[in-house]
Amino acid sequence: MAEFSIDRFVDRYAARTAGMSASEVRALFAVASRPEVVSLAGGMPFVQAIPTQDVLDVVAEAFAEYGSTPLQYAGGQGHLVLRERLVDLMAEEDLVADAEDIVVTTGAQQALDLIGKIFIDPGDRIVVEAPAYVGALTAFGAYEPSFLQVDLDDEGMVVDQLEDALVHGERPKFVYTVPNFGNPAGVTMSLQRRERLVALCRESGVPIVEDNPYGMLRFEGMSLSTLRSLDPSNVIYLGTVSKVFSPGVRVGWALAEPSVIQRLILAKEAADLCGSSFNMLVTERYLSGDRWRANLASLVDRYRLRRDVMLESLGEHFPSDARWTHPDGGFYVWVTLPGWVDTQAMLAAAVERLVAYVPGTAFYPDGRGRNQMRLAFCYPTDDRIRDGIARLGSLLSDEEQLYRSLHP
Amino acid sequence: MRIAVLAGGRTPERDVSIRSGHRVMAALSERGHDATLLDPAEVSLAEALQELHPDLCYLTLHGKEGEDGTIQRLLDLLGIVYTGTAPFDCEVAFDKVLAKDALARAGVRTPAWTVVEGWALRDLGAGAALGRVAERVGMPCVVKPSRSGSALGMSFIEREADLATAVMAALSFAGAAIVEAKVEGSEVAAGFVGEPPEALPLVEIVPKGGLYDYAARYTAGATEYFAPARLDDATSHAVTEVALAALTALHLRDVTRVDTIVDRDGIPWVLEVNVAPGMTDTSLLPMAAQVAGWSMADLCDRVVQAAARRTT
Repeated sequence: MAEFSIDRFVDRYAARTAGMSASEVRALFAVASRPEVVSLAGGMPFVQAIPTQDVLDVVAEAFAEYGSTPLQYAGGQGHLVLRERLVDLMAEEDLVADAEDIVVTTGAQQALDLIGKIFIDPGDRIVVEAPAYVGALTAFGAYEPSFLQVDLDDEGMVVDQLEDALVHGERPKFVYTVPNFGNPAGVTMSLQRRERLVALCRESGVPIVEDNPYGMLRFEGMSLSTLRSLDPSNVIYLGTVSKVFSPGVRVGWALAEPSVIQRLILAKEAADLCGSSFNMLVTERYLSGDRWRANLASLVDRYRLRRDVMLESLGEHFPSDARWTHPDGGFYVWVTLPGWVDTQAMLAAAVERLVAYVPGTAFYPDGRGRNQMRLAFCYPTDDRIRDGIARLGSLLSDEEQLYRSLHP
Repeated sequence: MRIAVLAGGRTPERDVSIRSGHRVMAALSERGHDATLLDPAEVSLAEALQELHPDLCYLTLHGKEGEDGTIQRLLDLLGIVYTGTAPFDCEVAFDKVLAKDALARAGVRTPAWTVVEGWALRDLGAGAALGRVAERVGMPCVVKPSRSGSALGMSFIEREADLATAVMAALSFAGAAIVEAKVEGSEVAAGFVGEPPEALPLVEIVPKGGLYDYAARYTAGATEYFAPARLDDATSHAVTEVALAALTALHLRDVTRVDTIVDRDGIPWVLEVNVAPGMTDTSLLPMAAQVAGWSMADLCDRVVQAAARRTT
């Protein structure tokens, strides 16, 4: 009578991998990636809008300009020529930076992991928004913190709640926020909140990690000061070219005070020595000149239209007691449905009707979000968005009928 | 033999199926067969099969696409022999509403159950009778979709108040939900291969979290397996008997897995049957075969030999 193990390393995995488990939702997404399914789930940029010729040109330019360098290792901090371009890119959002204070990472996602690595000890408290970017929860989660979630409203993080928690003795290692058109809620933090958050964190000695992947995808209104501009010495800023150019090149960065950057560089070198020289120099060429501006402007126009189509379709097809956010930019609309809806349980029926979304529970470490869903308007065409929302609307009305029949 | 391994499909068990299919293909190739993987979600299956002209199809499609008889009917029409159960019997076995009834009629011990149909709720006001469901089955109970695999859409509930929510979740996967009494005891899987069916060693399943749900099934380390099961000879014999009775009642063939639970008194109950049991690296049937001293190639080849006897 032997105990039979299907994985002979089972007793050897680190305890921190315990949270990495198979899930029904992942199984359903395997079906949702099929072309007949309208996926409102993934936040994929519409990269088809970047002209292929532009890409071919910049690859050729990278070799013309830099010889064999794109084929070589780079330094751990990333090529200076790219960092200088990133300084210019941040200036578009009125953020002043020095190329020496930047470390280039494999997407901003790697910066999240490195920040977890240098700041989080097991059991540390980390403040995140409720709901929060799931990729940050998983990146930080590997370092075994416990999360303190602070609610979002129309003006972003409810700073009063954070203040309350700090008054009651919470001592978080840092506060993580996506202030512009956040993932998943699509909410933007108001200027007043930004100022309060920055002041509160400065007084309390808690650093802020500001993740700004969507800031340049603004559809209307004035862009607001980054948290970093409000208090450079207490804010670690994360950027990415994923939405401005391509997520395929995996170029992101962290901007922080030299002491933090030094640790991030060491952690980065330990993780992967350096980023891809090829991708960094191709990105540098793409950001030179003005072609990126024209491409970005046309992308933003397209995303704005898609957002409009989604909001209009939601108004037409979703139940009257559903609520959703009206993002001024970015990729996502966040929907709150009546309390009886369980979006995770409903996903199978949605996929059966050829439409997919991300259930709200993914964005809370504590099981909340059952009646919420994230809808992405960035990738599907207008017609597909209309179809997808109509399918979800009809599913919700059938579900409501079913619910009522179960609660006569 | 030239063998088409059918795997993938468009169901939530697509990934599991692909994992099964690749393992089966490797095993068959190792045994010298000319094996090709075909995914009905990627190719037009009927055309691809007519082009390939396989001697036999090995079915590792899970979920309704592969287990409800549809594929089997198509293969019958194309005159291609395939592994596993015939169309009508698949239809019955895969649909728990039909299978539970068929088992009970044949006198096979299976936990008390009731069916809650979506359309009866919507159109007949059956929700008013939900209290009776709880009364008949008792608490705790298990709520599962009538047609789905891998424990998808399944809930374990302790309180009657949670029944409606669990029924809605199950109805997301199928038109009807089965509400079944939860028998407390050890879960034991019985695998059978060949004709006449040869019983493989029993596998005992001990989920670390207590519940054998989707995550417990497909996360390595989330469940402990004991093979052979830690049962005395008489109990083992009783499990094999009841599983064989289920297999006979439902006319299952070539390769099947019967999931049972042995209650605290040592009485085995049949929970469900699988006409296309998982063949992944975390699946029960390959585990049982390994304990019997068979390689994966032995296992797959025996399945093929059983099916090939039907070639005329």
